[in-house]
Amino acid sequence: MSRGVRLALFGIAGPGLAAVLVIAFTGLPDFGAYHGIYGQVLTGIGVSVRHATDLVTALNFDIRGFDTVGEEFILFSSVVGVVLILRELRGEEEEVHQEESDEHHFAGASASLRALALGLVPSAITVGIYVVVHGQLTPGGGFQGGVILAVGPLAVFLAGRYMSMKALAPTVLVEIGESLGAAGYALVGLGGLIFVGVFFKNFIPLGIPGHILSAGQMPLASIAVGLEVSGAFLVGWTQFFDQAMIIQGGEQ
Amino acid sequence: MTILQIAALAAVAIGGGAVVAAPDPLRQVIVLGVYGLSLTVLFFVFQAPDVSLSEIVVSTVGLPVMVLLALRKVREHELEQEDHDEQEQEG
Amino acid sequence: MSFLPFAVAAWLFVAGLYGVVSSQNLVRTIISLTVVQSATYVLLLGIGYVNGAKAPIFADIPQVSTAVDPVVQVLVLVDIVVEATVTALLLALAVQAHKRFGSLDPHDLRALQD
Repeated sequence: MSRGVRLALFGIAGPGLAAVLVIAFTGLPDFGAYHGIYGQVLTGIGVSVRHATDLVTALNFDIRGFDTVGEEFILFSSVVGVVLILRELRGEEEEVHQEESDEHHFAGASASLRALALGLVPSAITVGIYVVVHGQLTPGGGFQGGVILAVGPLAVFLAGRYMSMKALAPTVLVEIGESLGAAGYALVGLGGLIFVGVFFKNFIPLGIPGHILSAGQMPLASIAVGLEVSGAFLVGWTQFFDQAMIIQGGEQ
Repeated sequence: MTILQIAALAAVAIGGGAVVAAPDPLRQVIVLGVYGLSLTVLFFVFQAPDVSLSEIVVSTVGLPVMVLLALRKVREHELEQEDHDEQEQEG
Repeated sequence: MSFLPFAVAAWLFVAGLYGVVSSQNLVRTIISLTVVQSATYVLLLGIGYVNGAKAPIFADIPQVSTAVDPVVQVLVLVDIVVEATVTALLLALAVQAHKRFGSLDPHDLRALQD
């Protein structure tokens, strides 16, 4: 159907949908008056039962760890999809331009940009590792820290040093790291199955709340997820990079 | 509802409208980065620091970088196609 | 005034849908899809909020204080990261479609075109 017909249909359906949504939302409890029992019980007993002061990460990796397995494999399989789709695209042109892209510089990358990246890389990696490891104590965890970790090599790429980025985060290493993270997370769950009899039940001694090595398997799960998320983002970006860099290398 | 929450909600509503109304994908990407920042402030004011940590890097760096690279690749394909057509016309 | 978060969520949802319906460029569609997703985040966090409560982190406050609902925060935070990767997949599909059909206009993409 043409664009005009589509817009006309949306002119009827859009306001109708908005009205239905608003009517539905008036049935919700008032903003700020939510009294869900599950959440209240958890905030009451969470720290003493799970020995983790960050309840959100405790829910993510321990109390509802099974849901996170599913989400993580969505992430993994969509990155596999990106690699499959774009790799077919890349194979045709790689032979032509490979030799010309060996030491490539962005046309506008100045020394100040490279200096900025030099400062960004260690701080991004340090903050990323800090956020991952302290997931059970303060806001953070595998997902947040993983994305921050992936910014390090990206800063190197944005400063114009494509080959240095490949040296900092070589493709094979990143892919292996990502797969290890995904497998590691499933293995942590299997550890619960083997040692305690329930998939994803905490099988490592819980420790003292407030220390780093507390809350049982949560640091392990956080590290596995952090590896996987940072690997996923780097692999995804690299697939797009390679194509853009190879073509631009051919121009110069 | 505090004033801060009302202001953050207003910023998010305006930002969402701006992202949809931006004229071409390149400008949309930049507005998307700012929209992600306003969402981060909103999540923080709703007492959800984990969520805002997650949103800040994804929406200001992760997503715009991917879209920009995809746009670049599309442009390069178009330029290559034009060169190809010119060569065919000459030859 | 206490209906404002839900109203903003509904507005974002419909505005994003308008962006998807009216776009003539696949990348625009994908970016408008991001706006629709953020509507669900605002809705979920708006549901879980408790007046006068603090974040569910007990590193420095005693455990007996009230906190906002942590379950919806778990849903949203994982969703943000996963949807970014799914958007990457959609962008890869758009690039491949451009290579195959020569244009990013959804109108020109016909699977069984001769």
